[in-house]
Amino acid sequence: MTPPLSHRTDRPAPATRHPRQPRIALLLLCLLLLCGCGADHRFVQKAEFRDSREIVITFAGPVDPAWAENRDHFSVYEKPDPDIPAQIDRVELGPDGRVLTLRTSEPISRDIPHKVVLEEIRSGGVSQGTAHLTVKKLYVGHLFSILIGAMIIQNFVFSKYLGLCVFFGTSRKKSTAVGMGVTFTIVIIAASMMSWFLHQFVLKPFRLDYLQIVVFIGLVSLTVQGVDTILRKVNPALFKAFGVYLVLVIANCIVIAVPLMLADNEYTLLESLMLAAGAGLGFLIALFLMSSVRERIEFADIPESFRGLPIAFVVAGLFALAFMGFSGMTIY
Amino acid sequence: MPATTKTNKQLFVNGLLNENPIFRLALSMCPAVGISTTVMNGILLGVAVLFVQVFSSCTISLIKHHIHPRIRIPTYTLTIATWVTVIDLVLAAYVPAAYEAMGIFVRLIVAFAIITMRLEVFACKNDLVPSFWDGMGMGFGFMFGMVVLGAIREILGMGALLGYDILGFRPMLFFVLPAAGFFMIGFMMAIFNYVETLYNRGRKERKAI
Repeated sequence: MTPPLSHRTDRPAPATRHPRQPRIALLLLCLLLLCGCGADHRFVQKAEFRDSREIVITFAGPVDPAWAENRDHFSVYEKPDPDIPAQIDRVELGPDGRVLTLRTSEPISRDIPHKVVLEEIRSGGVSQGTAHLTVKKLYVGHLFSILIGAMIIQNFVFSKYLGLCVFFGTSRKKSTAVGMGVTFTIVIIAASMMSWFLHQFVLKPFRLDYLQIVVFIGLVSLTVQGVDTILRKVNPALFKAFGVYLVLVIANCIVIAVPLMLADNEYTLLESLMLAAGAGLGFLIALFLMSSVRERIEFADIPESFRGLPIAFVVAGLFALAFMGFSGMTIY
Repeated sequence: MPATTKTNKQLFVNGLLNENPIFRLALSMCPAVGISTTVMNGILLGVAVLFVQVFSSCTISLIKHHIHPRIRIPTYTLTIATWVTVIDLVLAAYVPAAYEAMGIFVRLIVAFAIITMRLEVFACKNDLVPSFWDGMGMGFGFMFGMVVLGAIREILGMGALLGYDILGFRPMLFFVLPAAGFFMIGFMMAIFNYVETLYNRGRKERKAI
């Protein structure tokens, strides 16, 4: 099947001076298509949500306006309940005949995947068969929003108030802060992934949910010990730089909070990865910001009783107030 | 290491004031900042921590001769995790509303540095009775800190105490926000430091006379 000409002309011409650009664009396009635009019919290129009441379907070629006018050809329902069809208010065909907009009478929830059935699509007088499409939120966007959410909007240190002992202990100098942040990110990703597998494939099937705390804390200690041993043998130079912080990771409550949250929210593997990475990077950001301020505080003239930890707490309070500005933000 | 020479009362007061977990040792800060918004939260989490601290201290002091030194930290962790699971299930069954309010913090007691530290520093070297009183002191010290923070924040933020309206208006709503927890702890620590310097200065002067 050859794509119609219009498909090629409406894309911007790739710049010949940068031969890498089109390749990256193509890669991104593949990634986007792979990750759930829901085109599971050969004649349908794309099916996606727009606004709260519209579903937009893009065809590979122009369809017959006469076919699009008959409303009986279209039905929309939520994937979990196929018995309750959504009322379709209006069907609009774009001027080039390739873009079809279905407007429902009631708002549809984007979080639930929807099924769209297009019966006997007719294009140029030829039938293209019936299409059953699944429309869902862009998965990449969903993952990205989890990552940013854990990193900045719901920052574990400044918005959830976790991991404070280690946070105040290691934010005195920038070099220490970065070392701790990087080590922590690596360990938390490894530990969260393992605890996800253990929860999904051992604890849940055998109904051992009440052992969560014991299993997760044991797993975290094991991960830290494992990373310690491996790093010592494989890369002694790196171990010298980061080995000190490994022990501290166990004392950080974020490292046990993330597996518990994954288990509570029933995240999938990729979502778990994003939450763990976001938690680690968020901790790194918090440490870096804090250490930058505390390095300057060293030279400031502070009342004697406030020196050391008390002033650090006041600074953290100011940061927390600033981070409150992110609250309620949504991405995608 | 010699066993402690302090009396039980000294051990208790030590945990409550001299080595108060929140204001002096600056350990287990997360709940102190996160959920010390009301007195009730403070009392409930305080009870949970007291329970875990006392029972873990007793357990470890009973089995201290059977723990190999190289696996002592994992042993502590698993002991604490067991007791945390117990209190977690108990609270979820009997006070579901308050348990909901405390969220993930009850289960996070397992990562509290204060409990592991007391096991390492005290319980593994002392007998059952001193360990019990040390655990009581630390637990009540934590509860005391949480209640003080909770009371100040509840009065300033909501104009209420233990849920009862006292002032009739809300002086500074800011104190209900968790961000204010950082400020509160910073100021409380500064006050503790200030009192200590005053006390030391007074003692020096008395000595000089």
